[in-house]
Amino acid sequence: MKRELTCIVCPRGCQLACELDDKGAIISVEGNICPRGKTYAVNECTNPQRVVTSTVRCKDGEVVSCKTSTTIPKGMMFDVMKAINTTLAENNVKIGDVIIKNVLGTGADVVATSNR
Amino acid sequence: MSTKALKEIKCELVVVGGGPAGMAAAVAAYEEGLRDILILERDDNLGGILRQCIHNGFGLHRFGEELTGPEYAYRYEKMVREYGIPFMTDTMVTSISEDRVVTAQNSKEGIFKIHAGAVVLAMGCRERPKGALNIAGHRPAGIYTAGTAQKFVNMKGYMPGKEVVILGSGDIGLIMARRMTLEGAKVKAVCELMPYSGGLARNIEQCLNDFGIPLMLSHTVVEIHGNDRLTGVTIGKVDEMRRPIPESFEYIPCDTLLLSCGLIPENELTKDAGISLDRITNGAVVDGERETEIPGVFACGNVLHVHDLVDYVSEEASIAGKAAVRFIRGEGAKNVNIPILADGQIRYTVPQKITEITPTRVYFRVADVYRDRKVTVTCGDEVLYQKKKQKLAPGEMETVELSADMIANAEKIGKALEFKLV
Amino acid sequence: MRDVVIVGAGVIGGAIARELSKYKLDVTIVEKCSDVAMGATRANSAIVHAGFDAKEGSLKAKMNVRGSKMMKKFAEELGVKYKRNGSLVVGFSEEDRATLLDLKKRGEINGVEGLRVIDREEILKLEPSIGEKVTVALHAPTGAIICPYELCMACVGNAMDNGVELKLNFDVKKIEKHDGYYTVYSDNDSVSAKYVINCAGVYSDEIAKMVADDSFTVFPRRGEYMLLDKECGKLVSHTIFRCPSKMGKGILVSPTVDGNLLLGPTAENIEDKEDKSTTAKGLANVRMQASEQVSGINFGKIITSFTGLRSVGSTGDFIINENDGFINCAGIESPGLSSAPAIAEYVRELLVSAGAVLENKESFVAKRRPMHYFKECSDEEKNAIIKENPAYAHIICRCEMVSEGEIVEAIHTNPGARDVDAVKRRTRSGMGRCQGGFCSPYVVEILARELGVAYTDITKFGGESYINIGKTKEV
Repeated sequence: MKRELTCIVCPRGCQLACELDDKGAIISVEGNICPRGKTYAVNECTNPQRVVTSTVRCKDGEVVSCKTSTTIPKGMMFDVMKAINTTLAENNVKIGDVIIKNVLGTGADVVATSNR
Repeated sequence: MSTKALKEIKCELVVVGGGPAGMAAAVAAYEEGLRDILILERDDNLGGILRQCIHNGFGLHRFGEELTGPEYAYRYEKMVREYGIPFMTDTMVTSISEDRVVTAQNSKEGIFKIHAGAVVLAMGCRERPKGALNIAGHRPAGIYTAGTAQKFVNMKGYMPGKEVVILGSGDIGLIMARRMTLEGAKVKAVCELMPYSGGLARNIEQCLNDFGIPLMLSHTVVEIHGNDRLTGVTIGKVDEMRRPIPESFEYIPCDTLLLSCGLIPENELTKDAGISLDRITNGAVVDGERETEIPGVFACGNVLHVHDLVDYVSEEASIAGKAAVRFIRGEGAKNVNIPILADGQIRYTVPQKITEITPTRVYFRVADVYRDRKVTVTCGDEVLYQKKKQKLAPGEMETVELSADMIANAEKIGKALEFKLV
Repeated sequence: MRDVVIVGAGVIGGAIARELSKYKLDVTIVEKCSDVAMGATRANSAIVHAGFDAKEGSLKAKMNVRGSKMMKKFAEELGVKYKRNGSLVVGFSEEDRATLLDLKKRGEINGVEGLRVIDREEILKLEPSIGEKVTVALHAPTGAIICPYELCMACVGNAMDNGVELKLNFDVKKIEKHDGYYTVYSDNDSVSAKYVINCAGVYSDEIAKMVADDSFTVFPRRGEYMLLDKECGKLVSHTIFRCPSKMGKGILVSPTVDGNLLLGPTAENIEDKEDKSTTAKGLANVRMQASEQVSGINFGKIITSFTGLRSVGSTGDFIINENDGFINCAGIESPGLSSAPAIAEYVRELLVSAGAVLENKESFVAKRRPMHYFKECSDEEKNAIIKENPAYAHIICRCEMVSEGEIVEAIHTNPGARDVDAVKRRTRSGMGRCQGGFCSPYVVEILARELGVAYTDITKFGGESYINIGKTKEV
């Protein structure tokens, strides 16, 4: 089985041609110009991952930008959003501060990406 | 009314704009040993437009890791603060004269003048407004440029609408498609007039495909509906001449239309200073040092030409910052004058001319999507550079490294450097 | 009980209110929109016509010529920018020349001064960018330009400063006639007055019907316009009209007092009185005609396109009459703006003949501070103002260089801005090349703060034109 992917690791956006076996595991990847592309393809075909970036509301009603510190399973993006949307950050939150530890057990923290 | 003469101060280097370009220029100047620097920023903090670009994907080249916009900006803000480079926020520059007198204003100082040894222009760019697109129909609320929506959502914490159509597949539009979706809106379609997207392939993948948002190439919005608030748009396919095909018209109910139809360098100050602009880039004509027609006035970042990656903005700003220091110290040695010409398939180059025999990186963009072409630089009959490219697209900036030898060679030949695709 | 209620706060209602504010009268203006100048006043050609267009002896001709002569002083008193730039009606053929000569004759009978028919050579001296095929033109040196909604805001503002009451969002639903007075109702409010002046634009026939007057009808005529960046504002200095022909009156190419270039309008009779949509066909027509009249228009510099609805009366002339204390000012299409000061005087006379007693008000202040006075100040004068109020140094709109101080002032100066477009019309914030992209989030914030309402309550232009539908995380 063949699968076409666009690598999202860097802005170059390599077009990846993947060959999969009948269990969905990668046999070969072509089109990547760096090894990260291959890793991406393997993940994307088995356990796709994304970083979620968003904002979180602070106790005073203002918003501050945040992200997941590492990738989370792609299928959990909206669950993570829900967790972010129901959390209030401190008003004096600073860049890098952890707002939600180990969000939904994904191993990723939700951290602030700007200063209040 | 009692009036007092304006306050006038002196400063060796004035940087207009405290976004990624301005900060990187100031940092580079500082690292060259210059101390008398002043950054003027119109917003209430340093960082520029990156502050609202809360998505990731910045900094892979510059810092070797993937950062969000605010994080990238903060890296530079930290350097500015740690170096103690002076900056003023909420300060608007209103004019720059030919002899480098910068007029600015803020609430604390009122209107004041700065006599600058050198000036770096780093005002960034703005979005193409909707009027320029001239869509027929009503003029209800609910139509925003993607960047305005980004400001509402990311900075102010408000939702402009719930059911969204996006016109234009520039990166900000793609990013906002994902952002609005994550915040609970339904993005119904992204229409792109051209047969290809101007955005990065990775953004089409992770911002549209991830969420099943259709990208409709060769489509445009032909009519806007709704008296008070937008109630829908009519979209349609366009032919090769980009004329809408009436048989293809389709009504999409929506309360929000986002426009992501490109960016224009914000060069009002530049024009007022009497600096002529490149008709393609809408930015100043510069040499390899990023010096404009007016000696001692430099330009970098999106005010010079719209970049695809902020990493390149920083790189270019660093060139301008260093060159400004050399100018202040009287070290600028301009010994050649070689114009660079683009063949049209290559739409433009920055710089547009070379005035020094030194290794120079030339940035360029192409006019259309091309496959299997050779990027070629010639001077007279001589081919100085050639490199194969599998794919070139208008959305992506490309570079050519010109060595000092090549430039010396061109100087000897005595003709322009011609950039072309063959 | 009021003396007079004026229905409609367009330039006609405004000019009448301002005229009546000179006298000891209790006057209320009711307006269905959330701001003044929201009908034909908001979107028209911004021209003070010389007066050669209207048929000899018509009310239009009389009001136009008189209004045009009054306008300079009128605008000056109200602090409104006015520029006598002169106009050229350009023709392309010998047939057009004959039409222009007729127009000249008509103008002279109407009392217009300085009219001349000139040839290409002389046209070129006046306008080097004139269209290649233009051969002849009627030159009217008394033609002028003005900003219609600025004039209207200044009239209403000055009237309010002199005691006139303005009720916005007052959509008239019913008028009752009692013995010697009227009561005007909206869904949730009412005003009683001895006299009613109907200046309701495209709705003036419907207002008249409420007092059983069905002597006329009014229909909307769609006019589509394009506005170009200030970069293009100097392409022509005169207003360039097109010689009327079998194809219709044609469009104009004109600088505006603010320095933009205005193209339009088309003329299309429609039925829907709210249909302010632009059409691809109409805009293409504007483009085509404009390019014939003037060469070198850079259509890449269009900053907006819009539609205005002119109210065309069934009689072909202005319909201004009085019956039992009810005064109609209907069918005020072009040259309505030019005629506004004269119509105001005329209506005052009608009011007197209807029995109103006008007694001069000693406290009347004729002058109004120019809306853009801050912009006209020197840097040193600005600094003195900034010292008193630092908000005048805080620039909100970068394209038009509008400060927070000016925006706050627009919210608190009669007639106060209540929405984003109202701020735009008063300060030009959002009117520049980025069309509000940068400043609108800040303008929304300032409006919410100054009016003491929620961010999400702020609209673009009243009604349901909300800018944000709610907070993130809650929608």
